Amino acid sequence: MQLDATDRQLIDLYQRDLPVCDRPFLDVSRQLGITEEEVIGRLQSLQDHQVVSRVGPVFEHSRAGASLLAAVAAPEQQLDLVAARINRAPGVNHNYAREHTYNLWFVMTAPDETVLEERLGELEQQLRLPMLRLPMVEGYHIDLGFEIDWEALP
Amino acid sequence: MSTCTSPSDNGSTLDEQDRKLVLATQAGLPLVSDPWGALGQQLGMDHEDVLSRFQRMQETGAIRRVAAVPDHYKLGYRFNGMTVWDVRDDAIAEMGQRVGELPFVSHCYRRPRHLPYWNYNLFAMVHGTSRDEVEAKAGQIRKLLGATSAGDTILYSSAILKKTGLRLRKEKATS
Repeated sequence: MQLDATDRQLIDLYQRDLPVCDRPFLDVSRQLGITEEEVIGRLQSLQDHQVVSRVGPVFEHSRAGASLLAAVAAPEQQLDLVAARINRAPGVNHNYAREHTYNLWFVMTAPDETVLEERLGELEQQLRLPMLRLPMVEGYHIDLGFEIDWEALP
Repeated sequence: MSTCTSPSDNGSTLDEQDRKLVLATQAGLPLVSDPWGALGQQLGMDHEDVLSRFQRMQETGAIRRVAAVPDHYKLGYRFNGMTVWDVRDDAIAEMGQRVGELPFVSHCYRRPRHLPYWNYNLFAMVHGTSRDEVEAKAGQIRKLLGATSAGDTILYSSAILKKTGLRLRKEKATS
């Protein structure tokens, strides 16, 4: 999808905060000097092309329960198997392969800390691999995106 | 059952209606002129009620933000580097803050070390259209951290094996 200047502006201005007001897209349209209909059409199209994964709320996961980043070092020849087991475990919502001795990085979630620890313990036992538990101690910049350098993009 | 939130509980009390709204909007808001009214229609609430619940959830921090969330990979940022740093404990609060403020860092967290296996305590996510770009950005972080960091590495993601939205509520809503 070819993005024009207005699409880029929409992303630049609203990847962090969309107004939560009576008519949010009308508000946006006034800021951009286009119609509300056009704002909605553009957002829909960005979303349809998955350039924007969604237009909506970003929830604070920690309020919704407990979660933790964990990593294991899976032997290279077992990577797929271990990854599949991790993906099947209840509560896992992200799993990334990364180039490192610790090659599988996943986020385990649960309704509360007790269940979280149970889930991690069970998975660790099942995988028979020591697990790095890396809870967030402090967040300095939490999932706020970053400035997109449009010129640098292919 | 109380639907009140007080500053002390940080708004962690989402009532049944809030949860319904969370569930209904995990994939996004309805893209219509009156998204709150449209949601309300699905869930048997009115525009005012839905809007004020969203405002309150945002005030209390249950919602971090409402946004057009870009898919960086789709945009062309094909390289995702998790840069990790071994920062002196007495410097990490200040340095974490400063690294987090760099315009190209999307997430920045302090996490515990696990010696001797893992000695990195600062994580900063960096995206680029090439490895060189990620390296250059990591170089800027390295310069900023200076002698406060005793070592670092970059873990590039080679595959996204699972990525689902908020797991939230399905398990809680039924309990």
